[in-house]
Amino acid sequence: MRIPKSFLYQLIIAFIISCILGVLFNNLIVNLIRTGIGINFKWLMRPAGFALAETSLPYKPSDTYAWALFIGWINSLKVILFSLILATLLGIIAGTARSSSNLLVKSISSLYVALIRQIPLLLQLFFWYFVAFLSLPNTPLEPIGKLLSLSNQSLRIAGVNISVEFCALLIGLTIFTGASIAEVVRGGLNSVNRGQWESFRSLGLNERLGLIHIIIPQSLPAIIPGLTSQYLNLAKNSTLAIAVGYADIYAVSDTTITQTGRAIEGFIILLASFLVLNLLITGSMNILNKLVMRIK
Amino acid sequence: MTKRLIYGLISLSVLLAGCATIDTASKNSRLDVIKNRGVLRCGVSGKIPGFSFLDGDGQYKGLDVDICKAMAAAFIGDPTKVQYRPLTAPERFTALKTGEIDLLSRNTTFNLSRDAYQGNGLTFAPIVFHDGQGFMVKKQSRIEKINQLKNSDICVGSGTTTEQNLNDEFQRLGMAYRPIKYQDLNQVIAGYLQGRCKAMTSDKSQLAAARSSFSNPNEHLILNKTISKEPLAPASIGGDQRLSDAMRWVIFALFRAEELGINQNNIYEKLNEAKTNQNLSSLRRFLGVDGEIGQKLGLPNDFVVRIIRSTGNYAEIYERHLGPNSNVHIPRGQNNSYLNGGLLISPPFK
Repeated sequence: MRIPKSFLYQLIIAFIISCILGVLFNNLIVNLIRTGIGINFKWLMRPAGFALAETSLPYKPSDTYAWALFIGWINSLKVILFSLILATLLGIIAGTARSSSNLLVKSISSLYVALIRQIPLLLQLFFWYFVAFLSLPNTPLEPIGKLLSLSNQSLRIAGVNISVEFCALLIGLTIFTGASIAEVVRGGLNSVNRGQWESFRSLGLNERLGLIHIIIPQSLPAIIPGLTSQYLNLAKNSTLAIAVGYADIYAVSDTTITQTGRAIEGFIILLASFLVLNLLITGSMNILNKLVMRIK
Repeated sequence: MTKRLIYGLISLSVLLAGCATIDTASKNSRLDVIKNRGVLRCGVSGKIPGFSFLDGDGQYKGLDVDICKAMAAAFIGDPTKVQYRPLTAPERFTALKTGEIDLLSRNTTFNLSRDAYQGNGLTFAPIVFHDGQGFMVKKQSRIEKINQLKNSDICVGSGTTTEQNLNDEFQRLGMAYRPIKYQDLNQVIAGYLQGRCKAMTSDKSQLAAARSSFSNPNEHLILNKTISKEPLAPASIGGDQRLSDAMRWVIFALFRAEELGINQNNIYEKLNEAKTNQNLSSLRRFLGVDGEIGQKLGLPNDFVVRIIRSTGNYAEIYERHLGPNSNVHIPRGQNNSYLNGGLLISPPFK
């Protein structure tokens, strides 16, 4: 039997790659044994012994490390979910505004996209947190009576308290991701044949209705894959929470790792939790994509 | 094309395998690595005035930095042969374990889990600064006791024992609080100054250091109460006896020199005295004229002389960075020699 040459090459390359991985993995295990660490997860059930500033579920310091990490994960999920929704709205508005015939609207949105995409996210978060929110006065401002109160500790909207850390992270992530989504949306709109615009105009539809009923539905197949990758970026960028003092999964595992000295296990958990989160996002976006393709 | 790729991959894998074996097979002490390299890689904070801080002229200065210099003087013979690596609290142990740095001299609290084989697995040198955790508040808040911090936001650095002590203390007092955690001490300070938190907590030395850099240090109060013991000590990777022994006796040499009144100014005078007077046997041993104390540690016999002429004794280091004439004045208190009622003592150099 003759083995095709290309197959042989692939086999050799695969063998070499697995050898390299094997060496690296062996190195890890040997070093772990040498330094006497070894991998185990028993510490997860021990009491964490640290408080968290922000908890969506009941939590006290005597709860386990596992529960503390879960609370951190929920905090991550919370900020990702809200900024995902807001960034999408902002992105769609800014993206469509760039195709607008109104010069003012168009230049404002171009300026927004250009400005935000040139500045690193970390700097933007520092700006929102240390410059914008922490500069608010210590005694609450109440611009519209009891409905909204603002201070450099928390924001209260209709009786619901939101920490400034959450707000700064939410706004930072939303504005940053919104700019990228705007570009994705603009690209999608441009992918629709020019003739479609002309035809709805000639049918007498106004710009808004034409956009909603004719152009956007046709541009969705081009928008959704780009949108998915922006959502994944958003989820990953949320780990910058630690820079503004928000108790997300990364911040919690940071504390956990220094307290237990279990860096490798801590990172395994961190990686796994992000994998789950991002698989959730990709999974639901794939379903959405299939729906859109079917409509088309 | 494919051939090239394969050759490339093979050489890459050989290279990687090479790296892997060098790291695992070497059973040599890190001390030899340092000597052969001719440079000591020292992990510091770089952000705490008085301990390790970048000076106006771009040089690292401080007590922790001088410890690095004393080590370099003893191991290599030149206090300037140090490469400083600024590290954050969560990074520091990983940097030590992976061998990125040779030793850590970074306000690190000596405790059981960090020392133990099943914990972080480090080895600690003697304590170079006895510290304790406290709280700093703004004077205008009229807070004078920890009890008044009930239900408050407290700014704290994450990934430190500080966070654990804070929790232990508030749990003991049965008070609720909200920790606002930042990764970096400068952010903790910014959060506190901007009024995000009623109080910030850290080791008292760090609070004093931070306050010294505020525009109005007098408006801030460090509460009297100390909630923890924070013995700060240099550390090296566990299981390397030659390096950890050498480090231990470098620190003791700094203490011992203070006990004997040997300093940077009179070191050569004392050395001459030792060389000419046969009766001063203990001094002769200490300065390496007689005996072989250095050799036993794998260091030059006159390593004490090399240290003292480079950095001076412990008292001189302390005066330089934390004394009344420095920017960060912290009274010596517990950090005095035992001869003056402090906690610093050196075992005999025999």
